[in-house]
Amino acid sequence: MSVKIILFGKLAEIAGGTVSVDNVADTDSLINALEKDYPEFTKAKYVVAVDKQVIKENTALNKKNTVALLPPFSGG
Amino acid sequence: MIDQKLYERYHRQIILPEFGEKGQQKLLKAKVLVIGAGGLGCPALQYLTAAGIGTIGIVDDDTVALNNLHRQVLYSVNDIGLSKAERAAKILQELNPEIKIIAYNERLQNQNALMLFDEYDIIIDGTDNFSTRYMINDACVLLNKPLVYGAISQFEGQVSVFNPQPLKGSVEAVNYRDLFPEPPKEGEVLNCAEAGVLGVLPGIIGTMMANETIKLITGIGEPLINQLLTYNALNNQVYLLNLSAKKETRSLIPKDEKAFLEMDYVWLCSSPVQQSEIDSDIFNDMITNGNVDIIDVREPHEMPAVNEFKHIKIPLSQLGDNSSLIKSKNVIAFCQSGKRSLQAAKILSGIFGDTKKVYSLRGGIVQWKQDRAKQAS
Repeated sequence: MSVKIILFGKLAEIAGGTVSVDNVADTDSLINALEKDYPEFTKAKYVVAVDKQVIKENTALNKKNTVALLPPFSGG
Repeated sequence: MIDQKLYERYHRQIILPEFGEKGQQKLLKAKVLVIGAGGLGCPALQYLTAAGIGTIGIVDDDTVALNNLHRQVLYSVNDIGLSKAERAAKILQELNPEIKIIAYNERLQNQNALMLFDEYDIIIDGTDNFSTRYMINDACVLLNKPLVYGAISQFEGQVSVFNPQPLKGSVEAVNYRDLFPEPPKEGEVLNCAEAGVLGVLPGIIGTMMANETIKLITGIGEPLINQLLTYNALNNQVYLLNLSAKKETRSLIPKDEKAFLEMDYVWLCSSPVQQSEIDSDIFNDMITNGNVDIIDVREPHEMPAVNEFKHIKIPLSQLGDNSSLIKSKNVIAFCQSGKRSLQAAKILSGIFGDTKKVYSLRGGIVQWKQDRAKQAS
């Protein structure tokens, strides 16, 4: 099962293109898988949103979900 | 009633049925404070001035530089070196002499933020660093001021309306800390230093900020309340994120004016000094290369003692008065853990400007001694 993943800012740059992770049941395992593929993610700060809603705790995922990882921007 | 000349000036928006003369009157009565007259501030200011916001304040202590002009299109080469706030006020006043524009050629700090914000209805954050952004957010929460937020990075931008007042129905006021509770620490934001930006991007995001402000004041449309919009200039993707208020956020915000004044918003990423942190290896190389003064900024008698290399002892508290002891072109400050030396590097950079290169030993003398022991073993 793979969910849709949208990355923003520097995270998109690190991953460099479309990202997909297979067989993840929840957001924690998704993040773990991403951190394994892209170790620089561990050093980044970002919020996680499932279907456009920011989440704070581990959230179960199904294949219809879209997960977004959004870092803060400071530029002006 | 709006007089004939004003009617003519704002005619094209007054004839919009949703907007009308009522909408125009609301704008003319409104007071908006724009913080930062840079990439985001300039376009926001241009459209707010043109739209007829009655009073506009501009806060910026920076001056115009040549490398600003690719995105800060309000200015021209003749403005280089001049105060952004003052130049912006002058140029904008020519665009619309009927409104009041006030320039604050000063840096926004804990000490002046609340007093300034108090004079205005809506605050616009067009700043370029996290420490000021968190300060603005907290001040707006304390004073119940709506905050129009915008931020950019390379090809992407974020826009939102935080802390809207008054609230409609059961809507809860969301602020920036509901999204990002605490400022990022060193290393957490990967592009701390200027990562570059496509000139047109702040133009788009700043204009969106002006649009949100006008919608908030006139009550038309749906401002980005409890939503964060992200825009990608490369593929035109727009993503709307829903935000909700969180109980724990309130505990992160100073509870009153006194607590706000005592809050330390200066965060490492806001300072270019961060790039001047060096590790033990570079530190050792620099000692070997010479032409460097090494300063121990710890208080006298702090342990461990250092006798492995020549250094000058100037405690952080006395640094300002004793900077004349520093003669070399390169300066490295160290302390126990690397924290105070970073502060020292900031102070010394302020004193010496471009005449000296100032560094701070990351991890402090404790780390350095550990690294040395490791290499010896």
